[in-house]
Amino acid sequence: MNGILAAEAGGGGGLHFPPMSELVEWPGILFKGTPFEVNKVVLLMWASAAIVFLLFWTAGRAAASGRLVPTGVQTVVESGVEFVRKDIILQTMGPAGLGWTPFLVTMFFFIFVTNIWEVIPGIQFPVNARMALPAFLAILVWFIFNYIGIKAQGFGGYMKSMLFPPGVPKALLPLVALIEFISTIFVRPFSLAVRLFANMLAGHLLLVTFAVLCAALWTAAPVAVILPLPFIMLVLLTAFEILVAVLQAFIFTILAAVYIGGAMHPEH
Amino acid sequence: MLSLISFLAQAAGGADPTEGLAAIGAGIGYGTAAIGPGIGIGIVVGNAITAMARQPESAGMVRTTMFLGIAFTEALALIGFVVFILIKFA
Repeated sequence: MNGILAAEAGGGGGLHFPPMSELVEWPGILFKGTPFEVNKVVLLMWASAAIVFLLFWTAGRAAASGRLVPTGVQTVVESGVEFVRKDIILQTMGPAGLGWTPFLVTMFFFIFVTNIWEVIPGIQFPVNARMALPAFLAILVWFIFNYIGIKAQGFGGYMKSMLFPPGVPKALLPLVALIEFISTIFVRPFSLAVRLFANMLAGHLLLVTFAVLCAALWTAAPVAVILPLPFIMLVLLTAFEILVAVLQAFIFTILAAVYIGGAMHPEH
Repeated sequence: MLSLISFLAQAAGGADPTEGLAAIGAGIGYGTAAIGPGIGIGIVVGNAITAMARQPESAGMVRTTMFLGIAFTEALALIGFVVFILIKFA
């Protein structure tokens, strides 16, 4: 560590961690200065939507052509759909939730594609490291599960099953109702959005930290011998971030499924 | 203790001691926020492993529920991380 500090003091190379604004704020490309400014993040989001659409369109065409053995894209999409059906919907919502397969599959694939930009060379920015998209998705889920709850149980029934979980002592009911209300209406969408956002931002910062360290060591001649250490760490973290991208898409989807499923059936 | 903190604050923030204090507060805040979720995730995963070892046939269901539990527990640490970013950079 002393070596790095000495190299920094000597002026050759040195460790300059870029400020936060440089890491997550991108200059506008189109419509500069208007509320509809388009920057790299927006373009990536559009690209993700197009990729997901093309993926399913291609797979759908392949399936419609009547081939019995799926190949290429169709295999990927079919195993994705199967995964969402078996491991997410049937585990959390039961057979009654199978109607939600299209929504949840789209959500899973869209979040995964927007996350995976984090490790694509030359792009390396997860769309979800900005709060906009996670917040929008969380608000969408919030509206859906409240709507489904009111539709399935009626407004009074939904409020009753939300506020008064069965098996609570009478004296504690007001307190429990207050806690349940805050946790369902406010904490759920907030934590849903923050979970995705903070995971991707933290991953991005982690990768940036080690990349900056590698770059600084590359130019710091006397201590460049320890360059392999942060580099190996960077490679391992990249692999880890791929795992995180899949895991966060999975967790967001499964929580959406749990919330919607919980609103459909009152707790027993 | 206080004089140590103010010394660190000046060392970290240069001329402006409040900036250094904010940095120290952010660091301590995030570190504290990570304790509980760390223990919690340990308990969740440990018990999930016990359950899977006892009943391997229910591993799929246990795994799904384990991820749910991790997600709920982890949220606290992530909120701590966001607060850290807000104090440090915003």
